Amino acid sequence: MSKRIHVSTTINGAPTEFLCEARQSLLEVLRDTLRLTGSKEGCGNGNCGACTVLLDGVPVDSCLVLAVEAEGADITTVEGLAHDTRLHPLQQCFLEGAALQCGICTPGFLVTAKALLDRNPKPTEHKIRFQLSGNLCRCTGYDKIVRAVQEAAKALDGNGRAEKKAAAKPRAAAH
Amino acid sequence: MAEHKTASPAKSDAAQSAGNGHAQTNGSTVAPPYRVIGTRPVRHDGADKVTGRAVYGADLQLPGMLYGAILRSPHAHARIKSIDTSAAEQMPGVLAVATARDLPNLKDKVANLGEGAVNLAHLGANVLAHDKALYKGHAVAAVAAVNIHVAEAALAKIRVDYEPLTAVTWVLDAMQPGAPILHPDLRTDELGEPGAGNTNISTHLHFEQGDPDKAFGQADVVIEREYRTATVHQGYIEPHVSTALWNNDGHLTIWTATQGSFTARQQTAELLQIPLSQVTVVPCEIGGGFGGKIPVYLEPVAALLSRKCGRPVKLIMNRADVFEGTGPTPGSFVRVKLGAKKDGRIVAAEAYLAYDAGAYPGGMIGPGCMCVFSCYDIPNARVDGYDVCLNKPKTAAYRAPGATQAAFACESVVDELAEKLGIDPIELRLKNAAKEGTRRVDGPVYDRVGLVETLEAARNTPHWKSKLEGKNRGRGIACGFWFNIGLKSSVSAHVNFDGTVTLLEGSTDIGGSRTSIAMQLAETLGIKAEEVIPRVVDTDSVGYTDVTGGSRVTFATGLAAYHAGLDIIAQMRQRAALVWECKVEEVEFDAGTFRHKKQSLTFRELAGKLHQTGGAIVGRASVDPEGATNGFAVQIADVEVDPDTGKTTILRWTIVQDAGRAIHPSYVEGQMQGGAVQGIGWALNEEYLYDDKSRMTNASYLDYRMPTALDLPMIETVIVEVPNPAHPYGVRGVGEVPICAPPATLANAIYRATGVRMRELPMSPPRVWAALAAKK
Repeated sequence: MSKRIHVSTTINGAPTEFLCEARQSLLEVLRDTLRLTGSKEGCGNGNCGACTVLLDGVPVDSCLVLAVEAEGADITTVEGLAHDTRLHPLQQCFLEGAALQCGICTPGFLVTAKALLDRNPKPTEHKIRFQLSGNLCRCTGYDKIVRAVQEAAKALDGNGRAEKKAAAKPRAAAH
Repeated sequence: MAEHKTASPAKSDAAQSAGNGHAQTNGSTVAPPYRVIGTRPVRHDGADKVTGRAVYGADLQLPGMLYGAILRSPHAHARIKSIDTSAAEQMPGVLAVATARDLPNLKDKVANLGEGAVNLAHLGANVLAHDKALYKGHAVAAVAAVNIHVAEAALAKIRVDYEPLTAVTWVLDAMQPGAPILHPDLRTDELGEPGAGNTNISTHLHFEQGDPDKAFGQADVVIEREYRTATVHQGYIEPHVSTALWNNDGHLTIWTATQGSFTARQQTAELLQIPLSQVTVVPCEIGGGFGGKIPVYLEPVAALLSRKCGRPVKLIMNRADVFEGTGPTPGSFVRVKLGAKKDGRIVAAEAYLAYDAGAYPGGMIGPGCMCVFSCYDIPNARVDGYDVCLNKPKTAAYRAPGATQAAFACESVVDELAEKLGIDPIELRLKNAAKEGTRRVDGPVYDRVGLVETLEAARNTPHWKSKLEGKNRGRGIACGFWFNIGLKSSVSAHVNFDGTVTLLEGSTDIGGSRTSIAMQLAETLGIKAEEVIPRVVDTDSVGYTDVTGGSRVTFATGLAAYHAGLDIIAQMRQRAALVWECKVEEVEFDAGTFRHKKQSLTFRELAGKLHQTGGAIVGRASVDPEGATNGFAVQIADVEVDPDTGKTTILRWTIVQDAGRAIHPSYVEGQMQGGAVQGIGWALNEEYLYDDKSRMTNASYLDYRMPTALDLPMIETVIVEVPNPAHPYGVRGVGEVPICAPPATLANAIYRATGVRMRELPMSPPRVWAALAAKK
């Protein structure tokens, strides 16, 4: 077994250190070492997006990032989207809009969509579809996912303050 | 009939008000005043699934767990002369190695797995190849080691001596005399009689009714065409995964991603020749299946490895393993001939279907034959079907297995018929639509079905009524059918003292069925959907339940929940009678309230008195409902074809489907949308590509091109409700029908856009471009 390397990161706001082998992907360390299994492995070669995490705010396929590359990075995984007991508006809108069926791709979609809304609070449908095109879903046909992102954009209202509102008062179910 | 509509993007507000509940009816059968059914509660497992907490198979980690890996054949067809595992066994960190020699030798025993039977000798050889590898990716040996990297390194040390053989991957080639033979002992089951001589054709099916030859002679128009479809994969995003622990007391526990925990238990126990009761299957959350997670692949292998080393072993496939080693759906050749009178009445039909079985017999030819003419009332028909072995993975079910290939052919010919006769394609279909009393060519006579209502609803959609203008644009329409199945389901449910009810079920939840089943129990008990707590439990904790497949779960497991609800109500009435000191017959129950004279107790209030009246109440039911529930869908597509590249862009899509009754309309719409999009992928892009040695060359999501969000518009849905008389709430099952029509819908749309009839799938840009070039 090869020598292990020490890596210091911040994951979901918490300073986190781990040891890894040089060949290990960030996804493998997140899942098997740190037990953050919300990020999923659908393909292992960057084509399905189920393992998407934010690396310094940028969505990346964590199966294509070496764990050692995370040194000093700020990482957000799906486990970091909710605050305390409050779901992120994207999570809430995915639930109310039935934007998931089997749910295996959902973490990747949520993280990718968060990256989109963080940078572009009022995306067009085309922009949403473009941004999500690196994430594969085989169950939904994407319709309800796109609508959920549109609803979340409305809930966030461009300033993030709606987060509390969405959590405090669940809206009527969309489609 | 009631209709739910979802929005076109521009009309979401209007549609939202119309889309909730049973707002629109035409008065023929008005929906009863349900309180739960037809609403859209948040799914019970929702929070787990949006926070990453839900435990899927790959997320499981047990103390002392080892990681396994599987060596797969690099050849499409080869004799395995020897396997030397000694170097791998001696590697540090390797704890077990397994090959087919570790599996019991199984005779040709057939096990019924609910949605299809399986020959256990073939299943065993598919799990670990014996003397021959029959496709690239065929599992040959397995290793368990301290981590995945050591396991993979150990695979490289296993020496397999192969003698490569000639392979065959196109169904018509495999049927030729002189084709490479996969199974020397295979003889064609020729209408029940064994054929003579070597063959790859495992079965010939034949169905006939009326006098097709005479009827063709009397037809004014006869059209006969041939269609070809490529092999496609179910494409679920979660790769197969299983973890096994063979405990020191001999008990085997398997945590797995399966559509059927009980059938996975049965297959595993039979393959290992151990008693059923020695195996517990714990179904983890499952990341898609679409039929592909019914057969076992990893479960018995993980068990063998665990038995050898006494520790839990987890096996996970990578994506290439999934494409190359698990069941795709059959590639096919289909010839369809239809004869009609001038007025559009179809009087005669004939079909020849040859489907890939894959490496072992027993593909999807049966349902292909059943479904090819299933949308129409055709008195004279003949269908011949062939199940053909070739050097591809053993095919598995894929959403209405076998029906999509057949629908592509039949619905394309129907479109040509409409054009030739100068009749509107919906009118022609209405004129011939199957209805109550129609006898399908394979025998069944339909009960009440909703194709006519679905076609009429399609004709009334804003989409169909709109005008499509512009160059290179066209609109297509087609029908799809799936019979849906019943099979066995069990549930038990206990009333908690706070008035909630915990529901234990055996149907693995692949897309929200916990909620659709819980809602039926809630409706029965007169409580809220949120007051039912559904739990999918292991094979020791609930009665036998068949697979999550055949669009059966909301129908059959929902039926079981209904009966468990009635059982609970009967017991609760006894308790109310104790409280009120009256006869049980005097206790009435309606909409969640128990009454006797002027006294009343809500369900919750009475639940609070269970402690004082005898303790907990457990309701239970086990059902095996008769018959099929027969679903139909009609789909409409507007496309634009780029003449320079052959690329088809979908401008607008509508699916109209009879759900019987939509328990949770959002998840019904989701099934319709998801099925339609899988059909779109099948139609336009997806295919297994092979090199000159019959090896798959595109076993990745990059090269096996499934639809992305950017490839699609919103998918408009119209739910038609013609209640199924065989279910208390009218449920028909909705999961599979939506995949059937899209290939024909798109072929018909591409024809309207370009004047070219595409008769081979996928209608990918190079193929459409070539067809356009040939037309010039």
